[in-house]
Amino acid sequence: MNVLYALYADPENAQRAIDALHAASSELHFDQRQIVIVSGEPHESYAFANSDTSTRPYGWAVFGGAVGAICGYLLTTLTQKAYPIYTGGMSITPAWTNGIIIYELTMLGAILTTLITLLRGAGLPNFKGVIKDPEIWLGKILVGVANPPESSQLELETCLLQAGASEIKQFSRASH
Amino acid sequence: MQRTAEQIEQAELRPTSGMNRAAEEIEKDLLRPIFTSSTKYKVAVALSGSLVLAGVAAFAYQLYTGIGVWGLNSPVFWAFDITNFVFWIGISHAGTLISAILRLCHAQWRRPVTRCAEAITVFALIIGGIVPLCHIGRPWLGYWMIPYPSERLIWPNFRSPLMWDCFAIFTYLTGSTTFLYLPTIPDFAAVRDASSGLRKRIYSLLALGWQGTPRQWQRLETAMHIMAIVIVPVAVSVHTIVSWDFSMTLVPMWHTTIFGPYFVVGAIFSGIAALILAMALLRRFLHLEAYLKPIHFDNLGKLLLTFSLLWFYFVFCEFLTTWYGNAPPEMTVLRENISQHFAPLFWIMVFCNFLLPVPLLSRKKLRTITGTAIASCTVVVGMWLERFLIIVPALDRKFLSYSWGSYRPTWVEDTLMASGFGLMALLYLLFSKAVPMISIWEMKVGLQPHGGGIITKVSAIPQPHAIMVLEGPLPTDEPE
Repeated sequence: MNVLYALYADPENAQRAIDALHAASSELHFDQRQIVIVSGEPHESYAFANSDTSTRPYGWAVFGGAVGAICGYLLTTLTQKAYPIYTGGMSITPAWTNGIIIYELTMLGAILTTLITLLRGAGLPNFKGVIKDPEIWLGKILVGVANPPESSQLELETCLLQAGASEIKQFSRASH
Repeated sequence: MQRTAEQIEQAELRPTSGMNRAAEEIEKDLLRPIFTSSTKYKVAVALSGSLVLAGVAAFAYQLYTGIGVWGLNSPVFWAFDITNFVFWIGISHAGTLISAILRLCHAQWRRPVTRCAEAITVFALIIGGIVPLCHIGRPWLGYWMIPYPSERLIWPNFRSPLMWDCFAIFTYLTGSTTFLYLPTIPDFAAVRDASSGLRKRIYSLLALGWQGTPRQWQRLETAMHIMAIVIVPVAVSVHTIVSWDFSMTLVPMWHTTIFGPYFVVGAIFSGIAALILAMALLRRFLHLEAYLKPIHFDNLGKLLLTFSLLWFYFVFCEFLTTWYGNAPPEMTVLRENISQHFAPLFWIMVFCNFLLPVPLLSRKKLRTITGTAIASCTVVVGMWLERFLIIVPALDRKFLSYSWGSYRPTWVEDTLMASGFGLMALLYLLFSKAVPMISIWEMKVGLQPHGGGIITKVSAIPQPHAIMVLEGPLPTDEPE
């Protein structure tokens, strides 16, 4: 994978570059999904950082909690019913104390689901094709295009430079 | 480290904005402890490691000789061990709970505090979890607590508060570890990109291939928000359940409904004190003066003051009710505490938890780093004593006088207790060597003009356009 990119010290310039790339995508024959943005911190104040405001993780957490509750109910009830004790038909599943176990497992379900949702949503773990430039940890924002068409490379460079970048860089997985 | 220095040098040659320079400084300052170790650090590791080794030796002696080497005897079957258990579970309330509440409130001053706090939770829970294993005498049978119906006909009793403890602590440990690990992933990536060789490979694994795409940042922030919502009720439930270990029994002074909230308040109280102490030590030894500022100690000092007052309120409520009821078994334990055998310890506890911290923390002039650290030190001592005084006097003066007894700890128990503190210090020191103790990326967010607060999307953009950034798997020209 090759990435042609520039680094921007200012998020406003990064936003400009992204806008310009979006505007030029059809003309320069690349898909908008090929635009790469990487930063060392979230920039919530800018539109480029708000491309995916999904609320699904909240729903999944609730679902995970429900699954945890059902597991808790089954664990306590089925175990207690399997006790080798003759109770003369009396209930052996106390709701109050079982409720504590069910509560804890509900929370555990929500926690584990949140973790899984994050890993899945963020595409982690991913040890292949990680685009990185050490300067992003110094406050720069990387904006570029993955696998840019060779015919429009020059135009892309111009596009990135006009937004305020000082230099154009290239990342290829083979070199990292 | 060399690479980082070079990068920083190169970056300085290029014109950068003030924000970038500050980001560089943060990066440099907070990664420094990972790449360098001072003599003080090595001495501290050696000292805490020695305490842990002493504890291991004492435990080995206990395993070889039997649990009779402890000072436990009828009627006092719970003493130092359960005191330590309750104390460490209480300390664990420092981190995750405070961090979660501050995150939910969008408190901007939380940024340098959260990781120090979250680490305390995880380590205190680990230590707290080890104590019952020591207490059961045959720790290799500890797995019998795992709740599954077994062919041995040992069936888990879900009506036992000890079983509730197992579930609550496991859930809290899982949640706290996740809560600590998730915001550390970007910082692992920062260390990965600043290191080489084996260290780079280790941090690459820990960072899970983090890049820093907008989608990853958003998912991380959402996950942290959900975790913060979930972890608060879990933390409250954990110490409530620990209190039920006592209040579900018919022992005088234990069987009271106030124990749940009383334990939770005590736990948060001791937790805040432990956090302040840890922050003061980190500030001094890792030279984090620019990050852990007097304002953080001032704010946490106010919180400590609030909880000192709340703690006193609960103690007063509990003792007043007992005194007014005048039930002989309860009055015996109450007198034992305030005017007889345990009175010196009781009044030291009141001094440490209330009489000293309140005047010290009430005045702004005294609520300095030193002032809050002194108050925290006394609170940690006071809260340990409080746990001891809840447990031992109630057991050694239980009901009729023919069953009364006494308790004196042995050197094995003393050593195990000291090694608990040593283990806490050791784990914390090793953690500070592996992970930036202050979240780098969160500190950088704090530099942003909006402080990472609620956003107004378009106003910040000079050239408004219709923006649609599509995230997804990048097309590649080679097979993965």
